[in-house]
Amino acid sequence: MAYSDKVLDHYENPRNVGTFENDDEAVGTGMVGAPACGDVMRLQIKVNDQGIIEDACFKTYGCGSAIASSSLVTEWVKGKTLDDAAQIKNSQIAEELALPPVKIHCSVLAEDAIKAAISDYKAKHQG
Amino acid sequence: MSFSPNADYFELFGLTPGFEIDQELLSLRFRELQRNAHPDRFANASAQDKLASVQQAALINEAYQALKSPLGRGRYLLARSGAQLDDADTRMDTGFLMAQMALREDLAAVPTSADPFASLDLLRQRIEGNEREMVAQLQRLDEAILAGDPEALEQGVQWVRKMQFMHRLLEELDSMEDDLVHQG
Repeated sequence: MAYSDKVLDHYENPRNVGTFENDDEAVGTGMVGAPACGDVMRLQIKVNDQGIIEDACFKTYGCGSAIASSSLVTEWVKGKTLDDAAQIKNSQIAEELALPPVKIHCSVLAEDAIKAAISDYKAKHQG
Repeated sequence: MSFSPNADYFELFGLTPGFEIDQELLSLRFRELQRNAHPDRFANASAQDKLASVQQAALINEAYQALKSPLGRGRYLLARSGAQLDDADTRMDTGFLMAQMALREDLAAVPTSADPFASLDLLRQRIEGNEREMVAQLQRLDEAILAGDPEALEQGVQWVRKMQFMHRLLEELDSMEDDLVHQG
């Protein structure tokens, strides 16, 4: 199966690969996994006092589409508020990367990962 | 002898339903059934019988694939008792995913380690150890799953999902071993 140019670009030059300190109060971590293909994805956000996502990073073990989807999401969420970032839909990711139907689940994984990271950040700051 | 497309896989091979099966008996029955349904035996049969034999052969194959590995058997037993196995569900126990991520990182570090083959063997032992533990957990739930106990089904689904990650990890490990051998 041929990957689109955008997938290849993110796959060959993934943006924002890395780790933030999980104990940092400003960091939210989302861990998700797809049992069907065994992909594991960790997506982290760093949020400033104004509730804006200042930085994001990821680490994904999976196919090219899963890596590209998470790489793209880390680019998209930077500068967004938590609420805006939570609006990102897997269909937007799939469209941007021109993912074929069999790879749609990779974009779902990335959407779930950003949502999980936001929930984790919010859970840390409750009360 | 022919089977309905909805035949129970255990019944098809004359096995008692359950997570523990007689593997030798399974292989033996599989070969017998396969021989009887082989399309060559229907070379002079009507088009209808030919088609039926192909369908039988496919069913027998599918049933064998499903029952031969612990993962496949777990999935089949759970589905048979009415459990929902939703592969699109990405929520997993975070601790498990973190451990999975660490195993993946260790695997990625194998080629640059001092002795890649030794590292690979150690990692394989760790992963297979994890897998055996999961199989043991499923085995413990066997009767409750057969009885359709909702709690056991839910726990069983979680173990099977975890086993799928381990299975995938072992495939990655095998392919890395191939690469290392061919570089050698």
